[in-house]
Amino acid sequence: MTAPLSRRSLLLQAAGLGVSVSFLGGSAFAAADGPMARRKLVVVICRGGMDGLTVSPPIGDPDYAALRGAVAVAPDQALKLDGTFGLHPALESVHALALKGQARIAPAIASPDRARSHFEAQDVLETGAAQVYGVNTGWLNRTLEAMGPSKVEGLSVGATAPLILRGKVQAASWSPGKGVDETARLPTLLQDLYKADPLMGPAFARGLETEAMAQAAMTALNPAPVPLSTDTAAMAPRTMNASETTPRVPAPPAMTQDAQAIASQRQGREAARKLGSTLAGFMVQPGGPRIAAISLDGWDTHAGQVGQLNTRLSYLDAVLDGLNTGLGGEWSNTVVVAATEFGRTARVNGTGGTDHGTGSTALVLGGGLKTGGIVGDWPTLKPAALFENRDVRPSLDLRGLFKGVLADHMGVDRGALETKVFPDSADAKPVTGLV
Amino acid sequence: MSLPSNDMMAAIAATRFGLGSRPDEIDAARDDPRGFLAAQVRPEGADQPQGGEGSAQRLAEVSDYQMQKRDAKAMGDPKAPPVKDAQKDLRQQAGDDFLARARLGATTDAAFRERWALFWANHFTVSATSLAVGSVAGPFEQEAIRPHVFGRFEDLLVASSTHPAMLLYLDQAQSVGPDSRAAQYQRKTGKKAAGLNENLAREILELHTVGVDAGYRQADVTEFARAMTGFSVGRPKDPNPHRFLFRDNAHEPGARTVMGRRYPQEGQDQALAVMRDLAASPHTARHVATKLAVHFVSDTPPPALVDRLRKTYLDSDGRLDEMARALVAAPEAWDPVPVKFKTPYEFAISTWRAVDAQPSGIDKLAPVLTGLGQKPFSPPSPKGWAEEAQVWCAPDALIKRLRFSEGFAAVVADRLDPNLLARTTLGARLTPPVATAVARAETRREAMALLLMSPEFQRR
Repeated sequence: MTAPLSRRSLLLQAAGLGVSVSFLGGSAFAAADGPMARRKLVVVICRGGMDGLTVSPPIGDPDYAALRGAVAVAPDQALKLDGTFGLHPALESVHALALKGQARIAPAIASPDRARSHFEAQDVLETGAAQVYGVNTGWLNRTLEAMGPSKVEGLSVGATAPLILRGKVQAASWSPGKGVDETARLPTLLQDLYKADPLMGPAFARGLETEAMAQAAMTALNPAPVPLSTDTAAMAPRTMNASETTPRVPAPPAMTQDAQAIASQRQGREAARKLGSTLAGFMVQPGGPRIAAISLDGWDTHAGQVGQLNTRLSYLDAVLDGLNTGLGGEWSNTVVVAATEFGRTARVNGTGGTDHGTGSTALVLGGGLKTGGIVGDWPTLKPAALFENRDVRPSLDLRGLFKGVLADHMGVDRGALETKVFPDSADAKPVTGLV
Repeated sequence: MSLPSNDMMAAIAATRFGLGSRPDEIDAARDDPRGFLAAQVRPEGADQPQGGEGSAQRLAEVSDYQMQKRDAKAMGDPKAPPVKDAQKDLRQQAGDDFLARARLGATTDAAFRERWALFWANHFTVSATSLAVGSVAGPFEQEAIRPHVFGRFEDLLVASSTHPAMLLYLDQAQSVGPDSRAAQYQRKTGKKAAGLNENLAREILELHTVGVDAGYRQADVTEFARAMTGFSVGRPKDPNPHRFLFRDNAHEPGARTVMGRRYPQEGQDQALAVMRDLAASPHTARHVATKLAVHFVSDTPPPALVDRLRKTYLDSDGRLDEMARALVAAPEAWDPVPVKFKTPYEFAISTWRAVDAQPSGIDKLAPVLTGLGQKPFSPPSPKGWAEEAQVWCAPDALIKRLRFSEGFAAVVADRLDPNLLARTTLGARLTPPVATAVARAETRREAMALLLMSPEFQRR
């Protein structure tokens, strides 16, 4: 791999790492006036149950080392935050921001779901409902609805649409590759055929629109673009002859994740950083999206937790670093929240990992954060303090954190927050004073 | 509920129940569409893709590779050519497995049987999260799924839960009872004792059998996980290398209580007894009936259809051949309005079927599927691939389907009559707007791309 990687391959690699980006928000907001008009929000969903006790190890908690055994972060390895907490050593960019007052942790936070099922808990996290199956649209989508009548640009990088973005406001999606010429005959003819299809019609229209926007963002990022074209014919079968002997060809890359370890981790980190800065490139465009969601997979660490989290956290750190540097001056108008569907057991399990738990850590970052300690209270890891004698007891509801950010930072109307964006969330008080 | 015409039912049989019509398929189904499908149900299970080694052989190769790698590392040359080659071979084999399965899908005359097998493979998902699991994802389907898809659900559940691929994928192979002889020995000798891992036990309850709303609690998950301790995979020096091995000394001693029932059995009989009860549970009947109706008919299936399938499950003691026949017999399954949106795999396979061809190489197939969000053998979680149209019909995905269709048409359209293709592919489901658009297209390529991208072809 000596040839320089094109942006396309970097982004595709990032997709192979289990990272995808989605974003919403656009020209409607750009037209708005006032200090809120430039405010931006990025939500990072860490899927699989991210272990808060590794993200922000409470090295000063007297019970931490014994509960965690071999998967504990050593006190001299942690990047110190205060007398109790540190950050995992892979989170160096986050730590640098924390030292400037631009990153804080909420170390005992959870959604209202207690079932310890990935799928239920992710649904609750993304729908913003009080319980599973309460709502079938995403709260970021309803935020846009609440923010006003709009022709909202929507985009998701990655081939599938995450629940957090699904809903009435059509969220588009984009991933790097050759664009389709909007003026060509075929798209026009197809739009005609899709008129009666409630799903395909709007989705296709949004796909064509965002393709143009994506091209603009890519050009803005790099004035001398690497050619993005792929030969469409190369995607189709070279021959249709059934009796043809199959040539021995390389299997798809990343079909397995065998550890070619360190080199690939370094490459992965670069790709993740590039993904963050590409997203930033979209967001700083005039009329660009102001709300985005990133999915980061691979946090379900039932076994071999130390190595897996080392890699995943380094990617998370790189995405956040790419966002921060890519946003430049706009960083002061941006809040980023990284959260997961649930934390993991306080005790190490029998296989060098941890099982599904409850409270975890959320990261809150942004150039405009007010300084302060941890967000929410720390219940400690004393035996009596553990939730159901196994998990970190949540002291804060994720919906309260999101509500506080939407109200104070994005200027979303409080009435709409309580009724539309996070229905039935009266018991999750907004966390105020973060910005 | 009245049924549509035989012409329409033949088109539905080939597209909704099958994998898209091959040139003569709708004709073949026309006389008796339901009989055409029911005849594909057979006791010996699904068809097997060509070639491929068994999982034990594959895991032996993975094990050899890992040893070679360790040796090479010790010699200071971790990237020695033999090591690289061994790894490449393993990935190549996984690619070959996937290609063989796709070719079976593209060419089979019994596409309902194949779709039925794919449904169960997705119900019992394994995903290539490691080289080992990726290497046995194909063999897993061949050994644990395909032989049992028209047998009893319980047998399928046991086959899946005792297959090395599943035991490795969901960490069961390493789970050790905290009070087992193995753990006690480790403690006595001052070694760090291995312990419980509840991953597979939880997913069997939540995803494979009773479903998340069945009322079980954390304590039930933990108890079932204790019952399952010992379910493992033989290491190279074990008596049963690279195959299912019950490690009695890792099994947690004592009776267990799962969902209110006590299990006094010893050894592997204990977890098997839990599985037998799970398979017989009315919750499982509802869960499986709902998933089948969602997969074949609609993301929001008619309750009458779910109820019919649920009753069949309970009346037949979970016989999957009876379930298949009940699905085909159900009038609710034949609604002429196609509401399911093809997954990328279904879409790709149906394009090859439409022109009586098959993918020539994994390098043609894998990038397309990966780009559309369905990387070979790599579902995103134990829940498997999504069913909802909204997930797959994302704006970017539609643009990519268009690019694929254009590319595909560029290769094959010039030797085909697009109007005939529209009729053989969609039969009575071909609507006037699509027929007109195809007929008026400027070129054969444009006509074919329009056909492949039409809502009638994208949906089923």
